[in-house]
Amino acid sequence: MAAEAPAIDPIHQFNIERILPLHIGGIDASYTNASLFMTIILLAVTALMVLGTSGHHIVPTRVQAAAEMAYEFVASTVRDTVGQEGMRFFPFVFSLFMFVLFSNLIGLIPGAYTVTSQIVVTFAFAALVIGLVIAYGFYKNGLHFLHLFVPSGVPKLLLPFIMLIEVISFISRPISLSVRLFANMLAGHITLKVFGAFVGMLLGAGAFAWLSPLPLLGIVALSALELLVAFLQAYVFAILTCVYLNDALHPGH
Amino acid sequence: MADNHGAAPDPHASAAMHATTQAHGGAEHGGAFPPFDSTHYSSQLIWLVITFGLLYWLMSKVALPRVARILDDRQSKISGDLEAAKKAQADAEAAQAAHEKTLADARVKAQALGQEAHAQAAAEMDAKRKTLEADLAAKLAAADAQIAATKAKAMANVEGIARDTAAAIVQQITGKPADPQKIATALSSIVKG
Repeated sequence: MAAEAPAIDPIHQFNIERILPLHIGGIDASYTNASLFMTIILLAVTALMVLGTSGHHIVPTRVQAAAEMAYEFVASTVRDTVGQEGMRFFPFVFSLFMFVLFSNLIGLIPGAYTVTSQIVVTFAFAALVIGLVIAYGFYKNGLHFLHLFVPSGVPKLLLPFIMLIEVISFISRPISLSVRLFANMLAGHITLKVFGAFVGMLLGAGAFAWLSPLPLLGIVALSALELLVAFLQAYVFAILTCVYLNDALHPGH
Repeated sequence: MADNHGAAPDPHASAAMHATTQAHGGAEHGGAFPPFDSTHYSSQLIWLVITFGLLYWLMSKVALPRVARILDDRQSKISGDLEAAKKAQADAEAAQAAHEKTLADARVKAQALGQEAHAQAAAEMDAKRKTLEADLAAKLAAADAQIAATKAKAMANVEGIARDTAAAIVQQITGKPADPQKIATALSSIVKG
């Protein structure tokens, strides 16, 4: 927004631009800035988890210690939430957590693109999780999986209503899961952008220019908050995935 | 901000989805709210599947087994080292016990040796003392005998002297030679008395 008037355009940062247009069978598969940052996330996580552990040190290096910390953090989350038999989903939950976490964190770098600020990405993850829960739930428990919607110890008269509520809550899971992450990222980045624009506007406002450090301080505080949110949302995503997978493993309430 | 949402430059896009977004994007200049702009959904999903698939493959096949092995190795190394340390400690304790036993044995042996030497020395001393005492007693007896002999001899001499002296005294006093028989009787009564 150099040539234009310094209007606040906090949405601009979410625009997707094609870097390498590509169409396969009429479907747009262009390599965009979002794809670029997905690649960066992949490379960053790989650097941490694959290159960082290539030394096999008994006494870990810093990078290896970080990789081990990530491993044990997610492993204990899965073990505590789903139990030992849930460890078969550990690679999935771990990949999900790392992808979302790195997307959130890399997105905080000024100028970087936040992959998880796209509803299609978060919804794809949520759909993947719920799809996995349904598929594994039926595979593991057969029709017994439907007991998920029939809580035990409920009066017969209330059962249809309870079942209706349970079904609705199950259906709303992918929506809440995806919207929570998407909205958090979107709102945080818009707020940061708005505050940043305030600084610029105040600097050009003559007599009020001395006020411009205030929104700058706001950005500093907000960045700290966003750092927390970035980690927290990745954690929430991972732990809710674990909770839903627990339903697939143990459908009875 | 002429046109960067990219819907316009590909009019040959055949999908119906594109047609709707084109209409939508054309209506408002600047494009739809990007996260809800379905133009880029397909490319995002495709690249998400590619990158996340690769990530999942790398994590499940390479990274996570490797970290698990590292943690396992460390656990076994720690427990192995602890085991070795425990063993070493037990060995050290055994060595100390053996050492103390050797020391005690040596002390007992030294004590016995000392006692033996002491007894031997005492016995030797005793023997020496006994021979010395016997020697001394013999010498004493010899000396006593000599003294007695000398005394007897001296006494015999004394008798002779006394007899001669008595005879001389009697002759001096009486003027005539004394009767040796009477002198002898008198002397013997004196010696006896």
